[in-house]
Amino acid sequence: MTDLPDLRQQLPLGLAPRGYSGTIHRLAAGQAQSTLPSDELESRLIELGFVEGARVEILHEGIVARDPIAVRVDNVTVAIRRREAMAIIVA
Amino acid sequence: MEAPLMHLALVGTPNSGKTSLFNALTGSRQKVANYPGVTVERKEGFFVTPAGRQVSLVDLPGTYSLRGRSPDEEITRDFVLGKAKGEILPDLVLCVADSTNLRLTIRLLLELKATGRPLALVLNMFDIAKRRGVTVDVPKLSAALGVPVVTSIAVRKGGTAELLSLTDEIAAQVQAAPGQNLWRPLSASELRATQREADRIIASSVSLPKRPDTWTARIDSLVLHPVAGLVILLAILFVMFQAVFAWAQPLMELLSSGFDTAGQFVHDTLPSGLLQSFLQNGVISGVGSVIVFLPQIIIIFLFILLLEDFGYMARAAFLMDRIMGGAGLHGRAFIPLLSSFACAIPGIMATRVIDNRRDRLTTILIAPLMTCSARIPVYTLIISAFIPPRDIWGWVNLQGLVMFGLYATGITSALGMSFLVKFLMWRDYQPAPFMLELPDYKMPRLRSIAIGIYTRAKMFLQRAGTTIFAMMVLIWFLASFPQPPAGAEEPAINYSLAAVIGKAIAPLLAPVGFNWQIAVALIPGMAAREVAVAALGTVYAIEGGKEAAEQIGQVLTTKWSLATALSLLVWYIFAPQCASTLAVIRRETGSWKWMALTFAYMLALAYAASFATYNIALALGAG
Repeated sequence: MTDLPDLRQQLPLGLAPRGYSGTIHRLAAGQAQSTLPSDELESRLIELGFVEGARVEILHEGIVARDPIAVRVDNVTVAIRRREAMAIIVA
Repeated sequence: MEAPLMHLALVGTPNSGKTSLFNALTGSRQKVANYPGVTVERKEGFFVTPAGRQVSLVDLPGTYSLRGRSPDEEITRDFVLGKAKGEILPDLVLCVADSTNLRLTIRLLLELKATGRPLALVLNMFDIAKRRGVTVDVPKLSAALGVPVVTSIAVRKGGTAELLSLTDEIAAQVQAAPGQNLWRPLSASELRATQREADRIIASSVSLPKRPDTWTARIDSLVLHPVAGLVILLAILFVMFQAVFAWAQPLMELLSSGFDTAGQFVHDTLPSGLLQSFLQNGVISGVGSVIVFLPQIIIIFLFILLLEDFGYMARAAFLMDRIMGGAGLHGRAFIPLLSSFACAIPGIMATRVIDNRRDRLTTILIAPLMTCSARIPVYTLIISAFIPPRDIWGWVNLQGLVMFGLYATGITSALGMSFLVKFLMWRDYQPAPFMLELPDYKMPRLRSIAIGIYTRAKMFLQRAGTTIFAMMVLIWFLASFPQPPAGAEEPAINYSLAAVIGKAIAPLLAPVGFNWQIAVALIPGMAAREVAVAALGTVYAIEGGKEAAEQIGQVLTTKWSLATALSLLVWYIFAPQCASTLAVIRRETGSWKWMALTFAYMLALAYAASFATYNIALALGAG
């Protein structure tokens, strides 16, 4: 499977619109402009279930700048700001 | 021979139903205190197993890992690792999981195994999971994890039977030497590995529901809608404040007439003199005038506990995050701030869920501006005396509307203050991340809510019996001594210490329209804000006799101008005087500076706002 090229385009979850659904490809904590050190951000994302292969779907978004977003991660719903969601690369 | 007390601890992710399991097991046999050295709430309860063993159960703060990134998560870690000061290592750690959502808890459990403590997994809310088509191969799961697994339905009678018999089984086993503690903080890649391991175990023994909870999805499509969601949030808050004012009224009148009858009984049975005055004016009318507000405090806690149990609070934080961000506040600050409407003390303590120190300090600083329930007595008294109970626009009660206005002013100034802090002190402010699980909605459990309200009501009554009672005795004493000289013509209180103190402060408060009686009442209000009402009652009762004590509201209308009344209402929006809040701020921030700053800014705001209100009202002819 891993030998096949990805047919879907990769993008950070932070840029995805409401209704987007896909699978987590990798975490790139260094790419998010978060106030947290990237190790810490990565750990927190994993603790909330954002690991490679998990299915994600953006269910809702806030009123100001469509932020934060409510993301379904497998069978948990997590609220997260787009700034931190930039670290989640989905496809 | 009696078996020694067995120690159990509940660990789990937030929203796993730990607290309802705790309530189901221990009922009302709970004590709430703080952990030594920190103000994190420590809930301990007791129960007896079917085999008759006494068990102590500690409900630990919810956490996703043992890394301890905030004060309450550190408590959980230190408790499990046996590092907590003065605490006993638990004989058994119960890891509680929401059966519909096992991923994160199983990962936590794998991490807990490294601590070497005896462990068991409790699959809570098992009924909901079954209904949603989740099937768990319990023996297989137990074998894969290497720990006993039991199912439980905390909210149903007998739903914890399996857990109770497991406790007996483990208690009966010969004490095996506890395993070595091999835990250390996990790196990101180790976390990832444990999550993978957890997912593998779940895949082999649990079949997950095909689709998300439809009810939660349906409710969320409305409640989390960018516009409708905010309208609903405002509507909930509005109903909450109308309810506090309107629903509590009949009960309050009942309590009030009960205390009047008791006071009258004392008046009629005892010979007139100091003892009669002490019991009637000091004890019964003083403490009574505070206890009368119990229904309102119960209603506000009822709303907060219901919303929390239902799962709405996390949604409110989601809706408010960016809006509050504009004022420099974190979305997580919403829950502490909403709790502050009941009392700033639990509100300030609830800020420990905010891991960023600046966000936490700002929240602590403005939490006392949220109108706490102790201000309700003052508001209620003045509003019902000075504001006519008219309906406007056909359905809105004018008194309720004024009440809403006072709350709204508190909120607005809190947001303004936060904005100012961000602007003055932390210009390089960068928002800390907001990451929060939005749990599935659950029917609030009546029993759990009832236990929560009972605990709060008990605390309020204990305060009424101790702090408030002591203050009332002091006020009565100050208002009664020294006794007037023989042949004195003015009311007795004018010769008392209270008058001396009040008149000394009065010139300072004259610009905001307060007379010396109000000045006297504000001093004991330092101990507890609601005492001010009782103090006014005592002062005017001793001044005006029995009639005054019974109808304090009506007496005020004859003694105060509307401008003074409005000025006092506005003073109480900011009212810095609450010694316990200041003490909690000192403890939580670990600095006198923050406490002094809070006191100073609130005093300045109160004085300035009252000054403006009084003078505007005078100019408009309300003098």
